[in-house]
Amino acid sequence: MHNIRLIPLGARPRDVSFDQLCRDIEMIIPVRITQQDLPSDIDFALDASRKQYHSTELLARLLMTNPEGVHKIVGITPYDLFVPVLTFVFGQAQLNNRAAVFSTFRLHNEFYGLPHSSEQLDSRCLKEALHEIGHTYGLRHCIERPCVMNSSTYVEDIDLKPADFCLTCRAHIQSLF
Amino acid sequence: MTAFEPSDITMMVVDDEQSVRQSLEAWFQDDGYTVLTAENAAEALKRLQSAQIDIILLDIKMPGMDGLALQDRIREFNKDVIIIIITAFGTVDTAVRALKAGAFDYTTKPVDPDELSLIVRNAVDRIRLERENAALKESLDHLQYIDDIVGESVQMQKVFELVRTVAPTESNVLILGESGTGKELIARAIHMNSKRKYFPIIPVNCGAIPETLLESELFGHEKGAFTGAQYRRKGKLEMARGGTLFLDEIGTLGLKQQVDLLRVIEDREFHRVGGERSVKADFRLICATNTDLSKAVHEGGFREDLFYRINVFTITLPALRERKSDIPLLAEHFLRRHATAMNRKVEHFSSEAMELLQQYDWPGNVRELVNAVERAVVINATGTIGADDLPLQMIRAPRPVHSDSSLAEVERRHIQHMLESNGWNISRTAEKLSIDRATLYHKIEKYGLKRPE
Repeated sequence: MHNIRLIPLGARPRDVSFDQLCRDIEMIIPVRITQQDLPSDIDFALDASRKQYHSTELLARLLMTNPEGVHKIVGITPYDLFVPVLTFVFGQAQLNNRAAVFSTFRLHNEFYGLPHSSEQLDSRCLKEALHEIGHTYGLRHCIERPCVMNSSTYVEDIDLKPADFCLTCRAHIQSLF
Repeated sequence: MTAFEPSDITMMVVDDEQSVRQSLEAWFQDDGYTVLTAENAAEALKRLQSAQIDIILLDIKMPGMDGLALQDRIREFNKDVIIIIITAFGTVDTAVRALKAGAFDYTTKPVDPDELSLIVRNAVDRIRLERENAALKESLDHLQYIDDIVGESVQMQKVFELVRTVAPTESNVLILGESGTGKELIARAIHMNSKRKYFPIIPVNCGAIPETLLESELFGHEKGAFTGAQYRRKGKLEMARGGTLFLDEIGTLGLKQQVDLLRVIEDREFHRVGGERSVKADFRLICATNTDLSKAVHEGGFREDLFYRINVFTITLPALRERKSDIPLLAEHFLRRHATAMNRKVEHFSSEAMELLQQYDWPGNVRELVNAVERAVVINATGTIGADDLPLQMIRAPRPVHSDSSLAEVERRHIQHMLESNGWNISRTAEKLSIDRATLYHKIEKYGLKRPE
């Protein structure tokens, strides 16, 4: 069975149940999720003028951890992420490779001036985790709306798609195990 | 039926900052697009010369030639590529200049992911419309050639009936017939009368492509698949997506290609040469040959399983000598076409010329007739095509008289020939033979002549 390591970056995102997130991912794809805490300093990736963290640099740091017996490494951070040309990214992954990272910063209702919802936060975290893990298994954005690999540029896009893969994407994932 | 996928679009990111190139490359690769990068104008121009690029994301401020100058240079030789300007130093002035010079859109870094997605989606929509438009225009061009299928003979009426029957289905079709009988026209007629008519028909002459190149020609290849494969290239199977793939001279296909083709027909998917990702196949297959495939199967030169796969529905085209009654109709049709195309006032054939046309055996079939009529239109000076306007081999062609035949045998052959030449029209044949209809009926009975079924 494939092992995926979930690593908090910078700090553990508040209000997110890691145990629940791991269990939910394991129910959808046949992998085993383990958790590992790293030293929390990720200032090396901070762009002070943008007050955001460069996600590509975080991916590089995750790869340096190189944990044994682990197939994929997924970072989760409470801080806002960017790549230089875009205003922000929800997450970033190496296509068909080992590392992925996603941020909970824009997954909180409070970011949009709305009341807190644990249910929505959990659901969004699960979808983002599955989406980025999907990329590491070689999946590209899917044009099917009812698929977690459908591209999201708004948080509403994330809410609209299910926390599961369409038949084609699922077949691809299953063919790898 | 999907006719358009993101992988059909090739983008190029031109930016001197490596981090920008990398992040945009990754962003668009996630969407499934094919992405190239260039760090300056010289590299971008080099890539444009060797790859078909649909969308360029262009930074304005670069060392050496800047983005706006590069856009001007690109526009000198490529009016079609879509250019999107993304710059960190945007001003209203540069935006106006870029748009006036033909940029599709303009945005400033950092760009909102949703805005970038929207801009690219709009660009892709435009490419899709342009490609559909080009495909429709091409279809219209081919429609006129479908008019070239002319024939009132019993044999051709049968062919038309078969085309009408099979066209709306998804069945694979095998068209048999001698060279020049119009196999590709029939394939186009089937395509144009099918529900796939709004997508392309892609013809491949298997006999004209060396076996070593055929695999890449059919299946396409990935970048680096072999020496010289600098970029990914789509094969004919992919180009036929949604439409029809017409494989002419299928009998010349090598055994390896036969296995590959069989696999595509069975699995409805294939791999590009050097590629790992499978590509869905969505085409209707029409094959044609002028060789005896069942004999080739028997001799081991053609796979039996492939033969049965492609031979679901067979249409056999008659040779022109087997439907001589169509010759006047065909000759008049090609005369009108060539006279109009060359703007020449040539309207008729002399009776002597028409008789020669009908007597000749046409080993090159309709194609030879087309060429003979075209030549006659070119050299004719009187407005009526005479015997002298026709190629010499026709004028000198021996009449079908056999020196060792009896008088009765010669008469039988001549009457049969005249009946066939006149489509078994009894009145017309009797008139040509200068006998009355009753005599002709008598002779038909006497010699046991029969109208073809």
